[in-house]
Amino acid sequence: MNGLALPFTLAFTALSILGAVLAPENSLVNLALLASVALASLGRIPTAWRSGLLAVLTLTLTLLLRLNPSDKLAFYGLLGVLVACFLLPNLSTLVRVALGAAILFIAVPIAGLTNSFLFELGIQIGIFAALALGLNVVVGQAGLLDLGFAAFFAIGAYTWGIFGSPQAAQFIQGYPPGGLPGNYLYLFMALAIITAAITGVLIGLPALRLRGDYLAIVTLGLGEVVRILANNLDKPVNITNGPQGITPVNRPEVGFLTEFLQWIGADRIYGKPIDSYITYAFFFYLLVLMVIGVVILVNIRLANSRFGRAWVAIREDEIAAKAMGIPLLPTKLLAFATGAAFSGIMGAVFAAKQTFVSPESFTLQASINILAFVILGGMGSISGAVVGAAAVTVLNIGILKDFSDLLNTWRQTGVTILGYNMANLPPQLNPAKYERLVYGLILILMMIFRPEGLVPEQRHRVEMQEARQEAREGTR
Amino acid sequence: MGFSELLIILPQTVLEGLLLGFVYAMVALGYTMVYGVLGLINFAHSEVFMIGAVIGLEVFRFWGNPQAPVIANPFLLLLVALLFAAIGSGIMAVLVERFAYRPLRKRGSKNILVPLITAIGVSFLLQDLTRIYAALRHNEFNMQYRTYDALNTVIELPLQTTIQVKGLIIIVVSVIMLLALTYLVNRTRLGKAIRAVSQDMQTASLMGINPDVIISRTFLIGGALGGVAGVLFGLLYTNVTPYSGVLPGLKAFTSAVLGGIGNIPGAMVGGLILGQLETISGTYLPFLTNGNFGTEYKDVFAFLTLVLLLLFRPQGIFGQNVSEKV
Repeated sequence: MNGLALPFTLAFTALSILGAVLAPENSLVNLALLASVALASLGRIPTAWRSGLLAVLTLTLTLLLRLNPSDKLAFYGLLGVLVACFLLPNLSTLVRVALGAAILFIAVPIAGLTNSFLFELGIQIGIFAALALGLNVVVGQAGLLDLGFAAFFAIGAYTWGIFGSPQAAQFIQGYPPGGLPGNYLYLFMALAIITAAITGVLIGLPALRLRGDYLAIVTLGLGEVVRILANNLDKPVNITNGPQGITPVNRPEVGFLTEFLQWIGADRIYGKPIDSYITYAFFFYLLVLMVIGVVILVNIRLANSRFGRAWVAIREDEIAAKAMGIPLLPTKLLAFATGAAFSGIMGAVFAAKQTFVSPESFTLQASINILAFVILGGMGSISGAVVGAAAVTVLNIGILKDFSDLLNTWRQTGVTILGYNMANLPPQLNPAKYERLVYGLILILMMIFRPEGLVPEQRHRVEMQEARQEAREGTR
Repeated sequence: MGFSELLIILPQTVLEGLLLGFVYAMVALGYTMVYGVLGLINFAHSEVFMIGAVIGLEVFRFWGNPQAPVIANPFLLLLVALLFAAIGSGIMAVLVERFAYRPLRKRGSKNILVPLITAIGVSFLLQDLTRIYAALRHNEFNMQYRTYDALNTVIELPLQTTIQVKGLIIIVVSVIMLLALTYLVNRTRLGKAIRAVSQDMQTASLMGINPDVIISRTFLIGGALGGVAGVLFGLLYTNVTPYSGVLPGLKAFTSAVLGGIGNIPGAMVGGLILGQLETISGTYLPFLTNGNFGTEYKDVFAFLTLVLLLLFRPQGIFGQNVSEKV
């Protein structure tokens, strides 16, 4: 069987690529390509062949996207290749970096220039990934259950939101009426790290004396407190502008990027002269990528430092860790502050990207979503946090929306499927509205069948296997 | 507003806090029972509560249709609604346990986050299922309880306080439920088995107790209490949405922690304290700060009190200090 894997995959990939060349607008071709990506990543194929296959698939998918930028399936395929080249164990570093860079910096921008939804999706994934990485330090590595994590995101967002908009002039005499110019965002990204980290310490100081479920409820409560404050601090002094939120938040100057895009001739892909809309989409895409890169780098360095090991020690056995001389509270506080800093910096970027900050974005729901990214991806695993965030984001704002569009088309045209006329389908059944249902179902099934997450951390993988082994022996 | 006026509205405020407190206490018991037995924060309990409210609403609509009421007497109708909600929510809780939590238990994972995430997943699922139901059946999101004059009649009490009949019913029903539960847990065979399982599941199973059955029944009882509380809550606030359960559920969970999670009297006391804290701060804050800090800050007070209390008594008011085995 293993001997057949390579030729079979090769043949299938070749067929699907041939299909893509002959009939680029056919969705069957896309499905075949998706299947090829899966085969090339999951089959037992020699490393060299796999690298080559992935490269060819990247090229084909990029070309398809260039021909038809609204081709979602091709985009998902590209994401699949991206994930594959970072997660597959036996690819050489050169191939990983080359393929990853090609997809992130060439393929996605080319497609995004014509279909800016793809940029939007990329930015969204990046923001959520940073949040997941932050919470991963707290929950995944240090084992501290934090249910109020969105508070730190809010702190970062409000840090720039208040001072980068006309809002600050409301309570500071002589403040520039339009707020600080957008270029101060870079400074405030650094400030957001500091304010979020300080908030992390402030919330952590009382909360971290507690353990387990008590910690969970206290962080949840304090997270709610931050949200309620954001919602109500419009009197006596108008600091946050209450539930209306703050708008417009200034964005940095991107003139240089517009010129660069014109210089490389991107307007031919865009179809009209480069305007600020597409430049900002591209700019925030790059900015988020950069921040994510830094966050991942810091995260990896931290995880392998003595702090990272101390966190894991506390997670595995707090008492033993204490006995070994690890100072519990400072180490936990550091985890809290680090996690908070990661989400604080993304908060500032988020505020500038949306040009709007309101308490709505920082509810308990948001905190729980971030927790779900971490758990789905695999607790304690850095790549897991990114994959978890990407998977859920693509599902929520990509796949479900596409599916509901498809369903709507079916309903309007009255297609009959399995003897049921789709025109009779009640209009209330719109999958895009019921994302929580799908999401909840996925969470439940995931926890039952793969509790260690999509990309488990080594230690968890071993533990879960042991637990399963024990359970099996227990029932025997 | 002067000091004397503030004092005059105090009894009324306390009474309203009591009403809210009893509802919280009933929901908190569901959390506490499950936590006591499984050590699991059953986040889906707030949805079981919400489903109870929806079932109650359906009973009111179905049998209390003003054109052709099958059950004309509102008190009888309420009783039927409570009964149906208790059964429906209880069964829902059992189903959740059977299909979401039991498979995890059989897997034997020691990670406490896994069941927690499952609970969150279940609660999302139930919220949207209810939303689909509401959309298909009523084509609306916000469902209104029917109001009855007999239930809304205002009764004058001493100290210039007034209470609606339904408020009185809430207090009576919840006290009865709470007493019945205390009796059940402390005096009956089932209660003994529940306590045994919560002490040590493995040893209990050696003593001839089937933990699965006992856990199932615990969920049934907790869910039934949640359902009753849901109907009473719906009656009090007159509208239900698929997301109505979240906030009361959160408060109830806070009450359970406040009282010492896993402890039944603790959950009641915690609920009552939280109810008082919330209504008193909600009523007085705007007065005391000249309207600068509105009623919205009541939740801030509730949570900050929780934090303060847990700092001094990390195990909750009634919780026992569990010494660590090394």
